[in-house]
Amino acid sequence: MSGPFGSFPGMLTISRELVDAIVAHARADHPDEACGVVAGPEGSDRPERFIQMDNAERSPTFYRFDSHEQFRVWRDMDDRDEVPVVIYHSHTATEAYPSRTDISYASEPDTHYVLVSTAYDEPQFRSYRIVDGVVTEEDVKIVEAYG
Amino acid sequence: MAIEVRIPTILRNYTDGAKAVDAKGATLAELIGDLEARHPGLKERLVDDAGLRRFVNVYLNDEDVRFLGGLGTPVADGDTVTVLPAVAGGAR
Repeated sequence: MSGPFGSFPGMLTISRELVDAIVAHARADHPDEACGVVAGPEGSDRPERFIQMDNAERSPTFYRFDSHEQFRVWRDMDDRDEVPVVIYHSHTATEAYPSRTDISYASEPDTHYVLVSTAYDEPQFRSYRIVDGVVTEEDVKIVEAYG
Repeated sequence: MAIEVRIPTILRNYTDGAKAVDAKGATLAELIGDLEARHPGLKERLVDDAGLRRFVNVYLNDEDVRFLGGLGTPVADGDTVTVLPAVAGGAR
């Protein structure tokens, strides 16, 4: 899907401020996996509102949104006519590529699944579409501000 | 009066795109049975032989039913049941 903002399908356009916030969260929670959402207006494909979530598993190999926190965050998004444009989580010992578990849980065809790896000196920041079990990596375009 | 069931994007192909549908029942299990009668195919996406599928969260009003009585949780007219896909994954 590409909204009026997205450059073309197969790309995530995201502000540097949001990328920095996601990477900072991943580093802060290392060696546990970090996770969260960037909400944006429905149909816009534009990530805007950064929401750091608790990893209920507090684990270096697994993450799960706390179900109560997720309920509140999803209701807030509903009230604001927003959708989860980005769902991110970190891998702390492996590369930023969706695992079998990631793929089996992925259920939002219009969401950019962002994977950050804190396993290396330089963090990896990569984005994917995951639809019906099929993973497609997409380009990430980092912008200073949205036009 | 009935119970409103809020359906996530991923399951709206079973509800003709509706974000919320009505259903009846005295327990969550009965409610899901009624949903299945109205929207065939939905039940299998919510439950398996072991109970609620781990890929979905089901809430009665604002409480996760796993912290209530699971499928045996009593429901009543005026309640809202919300289904959300669980968000989870990991390195393996």
